Amino acid sequence: MLTVRSIHTYYDSIHALKGVSIHVAEGEIVTLIGANGAGKTTLVHTICGLLKPSRGSIHFYDRPIHVLPPEKIVSLGIALVPEGRQIFSTLSVEVNLEMGAFLYRNENDYAKEMKERMFQRFPVLRKRRHQLAGTLSGGEQQMLAIARALMSKPRLLILDEPSMGLAPLIVAEIFKIIQELREQGTTVLLIEQNARSALAIADRGYVLETGKVVLEGTGEALLEHSEVQRAYLGRETSRNWEV
Amino acid sequence: MVRISRWHHDHIWDPTHECMDPEQLRQLQLERLQATLNRVYKNVAFYKKRFREIGFVPEDDLIDLDDIKRLPFTSSEDVSNSYPYEMFAVPLREVVRVHSSSGTMVNPRVVGYTRQDLKTWSNLVARILTSAGVTADDVIQITFGYGMLTGGLGIHYGAELIGASVLPTSTGRTERQIKIMKDFRTTVLVSTPSYALVIADRMDELGVDPKTLSLKYVVCAGEPWTEEMRQEIQERLFALVTDNYGISEVMGPGVAGECLERAGMHVQEDHFLAEVIDPSSGEPVPPGELGELVLTTLTKEAFPVIRYRTGDLCRIIETPCACGRTFRRISRIEGRSDQVVVIKGVNIVPERIGDVLEKIKGERPPYQLVAIREGHEDHLEIRIAITEALFYDKMREQRALVDVMRQKVANFIGITPRIRLIENRSLRRDEKGNVILFIDERKLQ
Repeated sequence: MLTVRSIHTYYDSIHALKGVSIHVAEGEIVTLIGANGAGKTTLVHTICGLLKPSRGSIHFYDRPIHVLPPEKIVSLGIALVPEGRQIFSTLSVEVNLEMGAFLYRNENDYAKEMKERMFQRFPVLRKRRHQLAGTLSGGEQQMLAIARALMSKPRLLILDEPSMGLAPLIVAEIFKIIQELREQGTTVLLIEQNARSALAIADRGYVLETGKVVLEGTGEALLEHSEVQRAYLGRETSRNWEV
Repeated sequence: MVRISRWHHDHIWDPTHECMDPEQLRQLQLERLQATLNRVYKNVAFYKKRFREIGFVPEDDLIDLDDIKRLPFTSSEDVSNSYPYEMFAVPLREVVRVHSSSGTMVNPRVVGYTRQDLKTWSNLVARILTSAGVTADDVIQITFGYGMLTGGLGIHYGAELIGASVLPTSTGRTERQIKIMKDFRTTVLVSTPSYALVIADRMDELGVDPKTLSLKYVVCAGEPWTEEMRQEIQERLFALVTDNYGISEVMGPGVAGECLERAGMHVQEDHFLAEVIDPSSGEPVPPGELGELVLTTLTKEAFPVIRYRTGDLCRIIETPCACGRTFRRISRIEGRSDQVVVIKGVNIVPERIGDVLEKIKGERPPYQLVAIREGHEDHLEIRIAITEALFYDKMREQRALVDVMRQKVANFIGITPRIRLIENRSLRRDEKGNVILFIDERKLQ
């Protein structure tokens, strides 16, 4: 469904992406892993139209989207759950959700219907529907951010560092949600520093290093890959501790 | 019209990849090629130097798969010179297996595999064996060498992955091979084509009736062979015979293999990029034309190779295959590129002309190819020794035979030769008394 071919993107005059090609097929969970500054977020922002590539192309269902503005890309069915969640903390949970249905603002019952679905999916949000989003816990805020993205019924959901700043138990919960979303038919592109959890649920993954893809493979193969283990899973350290 | 395949998808090991849409395949190849080039540029001094010499930076210059044509070839000498570990792309501690190839050079060509490489390798061999008919119910006898060469262990791991019962008999001791074949009820024989015929001969001598064996398939590889040999093996061992292609420097067995349609070997294109080039100019030849196979690995970790000149001559077959696999095929290996002669721009392997002549009267006459230049035009003359089988009292019949020969050869190579029947002793010979297969008289003028 998504095909990225040989893109180069500059970010603040830094050559952040250097000839990156990836693809995501319908129904997959694909993960991008890599160190800080490897270009993961730049890639996501380029896909969503927030940054323009200087070279290369991005196609979504055979349609070139690298020339489109972000709102147009959203309307084609790509939704982003941004890094740091970016929820409106001074607005209520309910209003935050309604924002996610912005594209369907002319359809009377759409937002209502979707909101109800989200409340079913995330009961904790129903409980807190009138609370200001800023008063939610980190995990709840992340759920709100995901629910808000799902309000537009995306075909492809992109999550940028959903586990960031969350306690391990909450992280496990979020990853469970991602898996369930896939089972319900949403395709997922997942950007993570938490390589172990991401690879464990991913069908395939790409390893980015200084703006380039240096490894690709199934989640399982990358989890067992010695370079990945050394660089991103801290195998060496854990071994030492176990000894 | 698409023919419904007799071989249902159940017989395809990895339909997701083996039946991939060509457009998606190209994307996957591009992604994997970019990752491979990024890695070799960083980790292998040889490639870094080669790329720098032509000012090629993978991240900037590999936009499309076709951009690979800008890169220099890697030769068997390059690999030999890197003896033993210079071209490895990972530290030795990541390498879990080392093989080497036989060869005529000073140093053997040494290749390594990471744990992931071994998994990939087993999977690719499993694909190829499955396409040759092998299933978990089979008893498979592997007569390839288990030493440093890749043949034995390569097939072995793939067969085990399928779940077949593996008999690692290795090479030689033909009588024992036959006894095992009988007593262990072997259903699949893995062998070089010539060794399959050695086994058939030995069975004749021992009075073993091949019909009493359980053999269903013979999986052949390891040397250039002919369709006639396939027919002979099939008729004498009462089994279906498929061809497959492997080369140690690239992986070993598992690079390409025939399905039961037996019409060329599917290249595992999600793991290897195949080109066929004119061995003298290095330029790509059009699909269907004979040239040298050049391979680039797309997923190898320990020992990736970029545009490796295999020295093996074949043709790319682009027409769809009835089996449902979408990977393009290569024809059987017709010879080695150092055997090729070029006449009127056509690549010809002199040995193969003999195959054509042999078909006409059932015996291979002594013959020799001569390239002649008249003015600015080149001609191919084939001198054929008159043997009893080729001799006719009547001039008309003799002429008809020559016409048939000319036509058959022309159909095969694409240019029309002159045929001259001459006395056997008039064929030019080398100091050992062997007929010289090719004489180039173009240089003399």
